[in-house]
Amino acid sequence: MSQAARVERPGILWAAPALVFFGLFGLGPVVVVAYLSFTQWNGLETPVWVGMENWQALPGDPNVGHGLLISLGLTSLCWLTQTPLAIMFGAWAAGKQRIRAVASAIFFLPLLLSTAAIALIWRALLDPNFGLAPDIGPFMGLPNGNFLGNGSIALYVIAFVILWQFLPFHMLLYQAAARDIPRNFYEAAEIDGASRLQQFFSITVPQLRNTIIASSILIIVNSMTFFETVLLLTNGGPGTATRILPLHMYFRGFSGFEMGYASAIAVVLVAVGTTLSLLIVRITGYSKMTSQREGA
Amino acid sequence: MMTVESTARTTEPAVGQGRVSGTEPRKPRRRGQRRERPNIGAGIGAGLWFVIVAVPVYFLLATSLRGQGDYLGEGPLSLPTGLTLDNYVRVFEVGFANFLLNSLIVATGAICLVLAVALPAAFAIVRSQNRFVRATFSLFLLGLAVPAQAVIIPIYLIITRLNLYDSLTAIILPTAAFALPISILVLTSSLRDVPRELYEAMAIDGAKVSQTFLQLVLPLSRSGIVTVAIFVGLQAWNNFIFPLVLTQSQETRVLPLGLWEFQTQYGTDVPGLMAAVVLSALPIFALYLFGRRHLLGGLAAGFGK
Repeated sequence: MSQAARVERPGILWAAPALVFFGLFGLGPVVVVAYLSFTQWNGLETPVWVGMENWQALPGDPNVGHGLLISLGLTSLCWLTQTPLAIMFGAWAAGKQRIRAVASAIFFLPLLLSTAAIALIWRALLDPNFGLAPDIGPFMGLPNGNFLGNGSIALYVIAFVILWQFLPFHMLLYQAAARDIPRNFYEAAEIDGASRLQQFFSITVPQLRNTIIASSILIIVNSMTFFETVLLLTNGGPGTATRILPLHMYFRGFSGFEMGYASAIAVVLVAVGTTLSLLIVRITGYSKMTSQREGA
Repeated sequence: MMTVESTARTTEPAVGQGRVSGTEPRKPRRRGQRRERPNIGAGIGAGLWFVIVAVPVYFLLATSLRGQGDYLGEGPLSLPTGLTLDNYVRVFEVGFANFLLNSLIVATGAICLVLAVALPAAFAIVRSQNRFVRATFSLFLLGLAVPAQAVIIPIYLIITRLNLYDSLTAIILPTAAFALPISILVLTSSLRDVPRELYEAMAIDGAKVSQTFLQLVLPLSRSGIVTVAIFVGLQAWNNFIFPLVLTQSQETRVLPLGLWEFQTQYGTDVPGLMAAVVLSALPIFALYLFGRRHLLGGLAAGFGK
């Protein structure tokens, strides 16, 4: 004990560079964006305080209501597709067979490509003239194969491309977590005669609870703010069919140079994302939980 | 699980039974039965998803090797008849090398910056007795919840005020900052595994904190450093939003933005575009082959637990 006490410990100075740096570019901007939402700023001059003006303008902007609605729709689509598939494939990939290792090596490929690269590939594949779209379109009730130009399905196509891009990441989380589930749980269930489906729902899913919550929060927060794929695939079109709220923010800020107004939209996005996350935490009691495993 | 593995390992080489490799030890029969029962539902789903992933990847590679005329004539998924590297040559002729260089600079800069600030911070968080220093860990975790898109306007404000707009530094700084939470998470968790006795032994030898850091912490967090470097490099390499908003000129163009510019300029030249995509991903593919365990392990370590 007395020896341990004499060990010199690193002080605050060691953490200071990271703190300052992260404060400036990570957490600071959250405060600044809230401030900017009360200003008028064209991106060049000094922001001018205008009080509630931007906030009062929000409800009158039809693209805000519409954008929020389809953002929530896209977020639900993303969660509903990514979560079950990621759990299923992650648990599957956690198995030891060689074929699973080989298949997962392919599954993870989209993880390596940039958003821009993925959008380019899918744009080429979904091109109604030369891509794969005219071949598969008729099977999906779309004879001309114009997936991205159809206002009623473009959002679903975008959700699919986002699924293609991000499924491997969530699958990876579940794979790692599924490997930590003690094998004897399954062996005991086997002896009790539980079917594989029963094992999946009464062992795998409850044991993955923490990961499900963490992964869901990531999906929701990201889907509420991620707009690159939409920008690259449809640019918000056709019309405003895929003009999700973060994309509207980007357009108003960086094309319309109404940075103050765009900041107000950004605050709405953060607020909605955080609220949804807190709801998940509250409903699932995540914060109260220390470990879902006995003795761990 | 690890102990079961190692005790089950036998010295005899695994032979026959259709095993591809001899590295897998033979399992005792009872366990083997469970493993070998096929998981039909998930297997079919995984097979389907395999096709959904593999077809676009095949399309990407095949198209990049196809002549421009062949692409229009042969259909997107047919086997390419005349393989050609013309597309790749063309991509370099329109300035791809410059994008590549810029992306390399951004990735290297971000990796160095993150490691320079995150390593000492992780050391302090794990070893400090100061309550405040330990609490900063939660602060970084809080940062995980901040989406870059939502704060892009204040970041633009800060970058323009620092007179960094349209420079590679403008991309490096926020990229590094947003990679910091996970990096610190990975580094602290690898440092927590260092036994306390090692620090005490260093102290008995009269080592200063900085010596402990250089001689103990750095060597022992090597695998964490590799993981972080790969993770940050990947983030920097693939990021689209920071270059989109913080740069504009041809000189500062990085790969993802360059790809997009190709698309708007030469939209009809799909084989050329696909060649550009392949080239942009080539270094990452190489990294995947070389450091897959680190990359995948690191990404999961950040969130999985």
